[in-house]
Amino acid sequence: MTQARDTFPPAPQDDGRDMNAPIFRQPPLQASRQVTGQEPRLLAAGPDAGWAQHQETFGPWEPQRAGQGLLNALGASGLTGRGGAAFETWRKATAAAGSGRKGLLAARPVLIANGAEGEPLSFKDRTLLAHAPHLVIDGLLALAAALGQTGSGGSGTKGTGSRGTTMYIYAQAASLPRVQHALSERPDGKRIKMVQAPETFISGESSAVVNMIANGTAVPTDQRRRLSESGLNGRPTLVVNVETLAQVALIARYGAHWFREAGTPADPGTRLVSVSGPAPTRDVVLEVPGGAQLSAVLQEAGMESAAVSAVLVGGYHGRWVRPAAHALSPVGPPGRTARPGAGVIHALDLNSCGIQATSRIVNYLAGQSARQCGPCMFGLPAMASVLNRIAAGETNPRLASELDRLGRLVSGRGACRHPEGTTGLISSALEVFAGDFRAHLSGYCAGPGGMAA
Amino acid sequence: MKTYLHIDWTSCDGRGLCAELLPGLLDRDDWGYPVARGKTGRERTDVPLRDADREAAQEAVFLCPKLALSLLERRVPEPEQRTTGR
Repeated sequence: MTQARDTFPPAPQDDGRDMNAPIFRQPPLQASRQVTGQEPRLLAAGPDAGWAQHQETFGPWEPQRAGQGLLNALGASGLTGRGGAAFETWRKATAAAGSGRKGLLAARPVLIANGAEGEPLSFKDRTLLAHAPHLVIDGLLALAAALGQTGSGGSGTKGTGSRGTTMYIYAQAASLPRVQHALSERPDGKRIKMVQAPETFISGESSAVVNMIANGTAVPTDQRRRLSESGLNGRPTLVVNVETLAQVALIARYGAHWFREAGTPADPGTRLVSVSGPAPTRDVVLEVPGGAQLSAVLQEAGMESAAVSAVLVGGYHGRWVRPAAHALSPVGPPGRTARPGAGVIHALDLNSCGIQATSRIVNYLAGQSARQCGPCMFGLPAMASVLNRIAAGETNPRLASELDRLGRLVSGRGACRHPEGTTGLISSALEVFAGDFRAHLSGYCAGPGGMAA
Repeated sequence: MKTYLHIDWTSCDGRGLCAELLPGLLDRDDWGYPVARGKTGRERTDVPLRDADREAAQEAVFLCPKLALSLLERRVPEPEQRTTGR
């Protein structure tokens, strides 16, 4: 883990603090206006927006009054989750609302705003929480109200609205003071509880989130039943990414039609992306329209596609792609679409070896296994070890097929999707860096710091 | 409704009893953990059962020393994680 953090990607600036302290960067954020023509939405209130600035920008509003209409608007908007899985938000919300209605005693739903960002190359959620916490809180309150009304006893019951739903904001230590301040600034923030997320890769996986809140252990649990049926204390539970909630707040205010004015029919709205790359590129959070061209996003962040050999899209569970001719979208023809996942975009410069970069990431991922599930606990280190041997220049032609075999072996066999996420990354590397793999297996490496040519 | 053999990987220790009871359904991997034969993705965690395997699967559920197995009844098809947009 430390090796990966220290060498790839460039370790975040730590301001001279010790490396174990929570890292909190506030990268510059901007809507990618010049290239993609997107006006800021989520970030419209500007940097460090407080309660007054928030209300001035978005207008006064009572999120507690949201009801079934919000779920309908979410359906019409086509909003998908911004935390990685890109599942349709209305479907997820409706599932949780529906589960609450079953049985004699309506179980009160639980709604958790997930700001845990264990992905080392992701910083858009902490940036959003730092600059637009009120939009996230608006979305949390509104969705909680909608769930509470539809889930517990109908709209006529006294005390409907968000009173029925238990609310949490789950985020890493560095984000909590800002969130706490935002909650204290507004009249409706008192019922929201904050829970600190540990700084691990899997702490944001939804069952790990529920496990952390219930038991103080942020590792995934066996999901015999879905969280929307039986989550925190057996109650229907919805874990929603903080950016998704901020989008919910905008849709609740301005409607589905407005939301769809940005992006494409297949990928409506905007999304935040965390863009990083080789020096002198600086980490930046951009708000880009759905279906944006990857090359345009890179350009916005100050990189030319021609100077980039490959781009990691979607983070450590994402895929490597060549920069040209890919649109960022959760749906679309493979080969021309890169799934944004949680919005991570990391460029590799022309001189870096893709095999070595991938091998460092896989070592990190193997170290981040919760070591609960056998195939992950043994399979990921085995994959990392094979990849390390290839990266180090061992000229054994069987190594590539062994890597492939191990990938197939572990996929789909775990409480969470850490195994298949890791396998997906490796298979994209085998595809995109096919030439480099052949070179390595023949005993040379094109990148600097590799074995002697 | 369809019946699935659910493997709780957080409990499974790779003892291998299930693979002995259900040789046509389960193989063992390099470390002894069960692998559903011919299945991909999440069907390796919730393994669809043929009627012929039900009895043996029930036995495996009772005999698993780590209580890692259970039977699931579910409507098919189970909605997957991702759906396509419109």
